[in-house]
Amino acid sequence: MSATPLKRTPLFHEHVAAGARMVPFGGWEMPVQYTGIIEEHRTTRSAAGLFDVSHMGEFEVDGPGALAALQHLTTNDVAALQVGQIQYSVLCYDSGTIVDDLTVYRLGEDRYMITVNAGNIDKDWAHVTTSTAHVKDARWRNASEGTGLIAVQGPKAEAIVGRLADRDVTEIGYYRFERGNVGDVPALISRTGYTGEDGFELYAPADGTAQLWKALLAAGRAEGAMPVGLGARDTLRLEMKYALYGNDIDETTNALEAGLGWVVKPAKGDFIGRVALEKVRAEGVRRRLVGIEMVDKAVARHGYPVKHDGREAGIVTSGSYGPSVDKYIGIAYVETALAPVGTALEVEIRGQGKAARVARTPFQPSRVKKAG
Amino acid sequence: MANVPKELRYTREHEWAKQDGDRVRIGITAYAQEQLGDVVFVELPKVGAKVTAAKNFGVVESVKAVSDLFSPVSGEVVEINGELAQKPETVNQDPYGKGWMLVVKPSSKGEWDQLLTAQQYEELIAQGGH
Repeated sequence: MSATPLKRTPLFHEHVAAGARMVPFGGWEMPVQYTGIIEEHRTTRSAAGLFDVSHMGEFEVDGPGALAALQHLTTNDVAALQVGQIQYSVLCYDSGTIVDDLTVYRLGEDRYMITVNAGNIDKDWAHVTTSTAHVKDARWRNASEGTGLIAVQGPKAEAIVGRLADRDVTEIGYYRFERGNVGDVPALISRTGYTGEDGFELYAPADGTAQLWKALLAAGRAEGAMPVGLGARDTLRLEMKYALYGNDIDETTNALEAGLGWVVKPAKGDFIGRVALEKVRAEGVRRRLVGIEMVDKAVARHGYPVKHDGREAGIVTSGSYGPSVDKYIGIAYVETALAPVGTALEVEIRGQGKAARVARTPFQPSRVKKAG
Repeated sequence: MANVPKELRYTREHEWAKQDGDRVRIGITAYAQEQLGDVVFVELPKVGAKVTAAKNFGVVESVKAVSDLFSPVSGEVVEINGELAQKPETVNQDPYGKGWMLVVKPSSKGEWDQLLTAQQYEELIAQGGH
């Protein structure tokens, strides 16, 4: 309902020409599906999916103070990153709740890039520049507008990207990147993703992104690849229990209850939110983000109450049908005592309690390339 | 343009109704299933339940969305399509055939004439479905 015009990625016209259904998402006009969410989901798991994620934001920071700036902003230990390596991390407020989740790339000795969620670009830019204004010799640059991003995900991703790249991509380890030309477009080739499959995220100049997309589609055709919209991106990440900002994590949830303690490293020194998170860690989290599966036939959705013994005991943050696991699955915050796998719960759906239980996650086994 | 069979009547909420002797068979239109995308769950009333014209009788859920179902006519549910519990995708594959949802024994004859004709429904969806 907003009067602000929706933003478009460099691939907007490709999506429209391909017959994609375009929807508003985080201020952007994005493809939710091309042929159908379930078919696109299954194709990603069995062959490969091509995703336009150019709406994501990229900020670069460089200078002798860049490391100090990122150490202050993010929860993970940026000092552990080598050049060519990537790290998942979180931006917190002083309260330990979440500004955004992100990936941190060490591009060079004193040069880094962070990739943030599309809907948070303006908020994050204000946060990172204001919160690090006191850090000397760290220059920030918002590269979001000029950068396109295409994810190639699935068991055929390596073959597809490998055919187009001017370097050996099989040598790029998980959460590592190299620079190279892909389909004659200069790209940052990152072995990362949001599907649980092996694959790459290819950062390219905005004006070369359409050429890269067409080259990937052409190379992918023989492998059974297809373009995949945000609908399947969501079901793919749900089956992995990857958190989605705005659904499972936000400014009211802290990083520890969200299960992101593995990227919270207080031993590195001070950072925004450290004191609050140390307190939470010492006292123990009151609730935890868990995977749930429905026992009764019903679909849990974001915002539905979770009950236990007739009293409210949590809230669903994501839920849908999982096409690969063929179950109705979800993610929910529940009281810590109810977090063990197998705990019986009820999800209140249209006024009726429907049986559910805490499930082992990921729902679908991860097939990402092992860290290297 | 989505398929709109001439012999059926329609609601503004994209259900179809088909006269079947003195009964009325109900489902959602080809346009509705296209708009929804992959249907993954259908919740229907029980046989014997009462439904009311223009009132909610159940829910159809796609991967992304939950949509209410509205009855074209008032009456008693005499049959439901139990297959949809196991194969909700039938609604996408064959919305006017195997994807039917309810058979109702109508309690009022006048309601049928209030429903949209195929031509009126085509005009509705040509305007974007609202």
